[in-house]
Amino acid sequence: MANAVQDPLSEASLADPPIQLLDPSGKLSTDARLPLDLATVDLPALYRDMALVRRLDTEAIALQRQGELGLWPSLRGQEAAQVGAAYALYDRDMVFPTYREHGVAWCRGLDPVSLLGLFRGTTLGGWDPYAHHFNLYTLVIGAQTLHAVGYGMGLYRDGSTGSGDPDRDTAVLAFLGDGALSEGETNEAFIWAAAQNLPVVFFCQNNQWAISAPYSVQSRIPAAQRAAGYGFPGIRVDGNDVLACLAATRQALDQARTGGGPTLIEAVTYRVNAHTTADDATRYRAAEETEDWTARDPLERLRTHLETTGAVTDEYFTDLEQRERDLAERLRAGCRGLADPDASSPFEHTYAQMPADLRQQLREHLEFVSTGPQDGEQK
Amino acid sequence: MTVSMVKALNDGLRKALTDDPQVLLMGEDIGRLGGVFRVTDGLRKDFGELRVVDTPLGEAGIVGAAIGLAMRGYRPVCEIQFDGFVYPAVNQIITQLAKLRHRSAGRISLPVVIRIPYGGGIGSIEHHSESPETYFAHTAGLKVVTCATPNDAFHMIQQAVAEDDPVVFLEPKRHYWTKGEVAPATEVPLEQAVIRRSGTDVTLIAYGPTVPVALEAADIAAEEGRSVEVVDLRSLSPWDVTTVRASVHRTGRAVVAHEAAFSHGFGAEVAARLQDEEFHFLEAPVVRVTGYDTPYPPSRLESDWLPGVDRILNAIDRSLSY
Repeated sequence: MANAVQDPLSEASLADPPIQLLDPSGKLSTDARLPLDLATVDLPALYRDMALVRRLDTEAIALQRQGELGLWPSLRGQEAAQVGAAYALYDRDMVFPTYREHGVAWCRGLDPVSLLGLFRGTTLGGWDPYAHHFNLYTLVIGAQTLHAVGYGMGLYRDGSTGSGDPDRDTAVLAFLGDGALSEGETNEAFIWAAAQNLPVVFFCQNNQWAISAPYSVQSRIPAAQRAAGYGFPGIRVDGNDVLACLAATRQALDQARTGGGPTLIEAVTYRVNAHTTADDATRYRAAEETEDWTARDPLERLRTHLETTGAVTDEYFTDLEQRERDLAERLRAGCRGLADPDASSPFEHTYAQMPADLRQQLREHLEFVSTGPQDGEQK
Repeated sequence: MTVSMVKALNDGLRKALTDDPQVLLMGEDIGRLGGVFRVTDGLRKDFGELRVVDTPLGEAGIVGAAIGLAMRGYRPVCEIQFDGFVYPAVNQIITQLAKLRHRSAGRISLPVVIRIPYGGGIGSIEHHSESPETYFAHTAGLKVVTCATPNDAFHMIQQAVAEDDPVVFLEPKRHYWTKGEVAPATEVPLEQAVIRRSGTDVTLIAYGPTVPVALEAADIAAEEGRSVEVVDLRSLSPWDVTTVRASVHRTGRAVVAHEAAFSHGFGAEVAARLQDEEFHFLEAPVVRVTGYDTPYPPSRLESDWLPGVDRILNAIDRSLSY
């Protein structure tokens, strides 16, 4: 029998509304808790990147439908959270993503085609994590939060945090979702980061759904409120407001770099599409809910703002549309052009030096592969 | 110099910390206390709390943080307090630590050592006497090694720290206080097996805690006129098939001894390889003498449950009966 309690989640959420700097009608506001100097923000660039990231996502879904990708986890609806957070990063800051941070990857300068290999089955990674200070995607929920902690421990030992040198101090940005809040490893990461005052910012995109589990399965309180229990600040922002996400992440990263320790940012947003292209969201949530969130679209509000304030010209949008088409074409061609990996590659990178037994297995495997199907085997 | 295995490990870790400023130790109670077995005794005092790190109580955290440290250029040596407490870290070890080199096409190198006191025979309570080696040996991307003497402890721990791949370093805790001679240098590579005693009638393959037991059994067998060759595997992944094959090629008989359970144990791997590659030279089936397919028993039962001298002698008899 269910306990007759009030819905504590709603109550706690109402008491702690997400901070908003740009409302769904495109109107700017200020909040004393989250100062943002607009002179430091390139609004047309923010919108451009959000639009391109959405196109990247749309195109990847199409590629999956065409059989070019095995799977795609869509970020639709989370563009503001990801682009806003990414805009707060310094190049030298290190990012530990989940598997849905395509928008962050884009802003870090990764070749977007490199994001597709993992989902096409041509690689288990796809990019150099050190070149863009953007680690490989982590599919095991929450595991990356601890890697961020360790990296932060390294920064501290290197004297690269709290040194007072603005050209040296560095922070770590760890992404996680609302589902990951329930993982023990995330709990450990919060504890380590707090106890050692590490330069780690935990950016939780609370997109309301962990596959089919609504947020209420994970928590009775807003995610940001958990931070207090660990002993560091938590801040709750409108995850569909790119300015709030940027301001919160910038503030938290600044604090981390200068020795102020960790922050948990909860970006309240929504996973507009199903968990992945293999998932069917109609089995567990109502269409009305998705429509309600779509009305709070992260791109629309900034577009409205840009249009109504006359910050950009028609040419800006014409140019952007062309960029989107170019990107889509680049993704289509790039995806189809992703070569199958060499049959020897898994063997080569399992150990720094291939053990003798593995070398023998590789020889046998290559011999098998090179001779093709034998008599009696299906082609 | 004659020292205990604990002291040899302590000396080896001290040398690793001295030789490379990127090496650091992390684990529960390893700093202030010096570890529950005192393996890290005195190191925090000499190298400071940033290099000999008392971690929060959480094994996943220890290994997960070690991964991040390694990505930042450090060489973390993690201590898991007891064998039975490694399981919370297994997710990080198997899904992350073992795979990131492969996933990154060699760009990420994770030189992380995970030290685990393992095995039984110390009269302890549950979760303190387990032999988890095959979980790790079965995982691609990990190296798994185990020392059986103070000399190996001293050299192998340094070799493990110098490895660019993650190494699960298993320490046979019941031999922690056994003393032995430690040489200043070694010529033996980490992954090479060592013949501890030469013999002609049967090859007895052991590793970690069963090595001293195997040597004792070989001594008794010698009194009965049986010449037993004892091979100490030292490394389980990769393992030195060449040395084992060469020995069995000569003796025609093989017995494998380990504390871990019988089914799916490392002995099965040894037996399979020998029947595959030395089939025509085997005079007898490969005999395994191991722990049983049960949870580790209450300590009052452990001396008969473990593969002790008598059970190993019985196994040798069985091999020689063919």
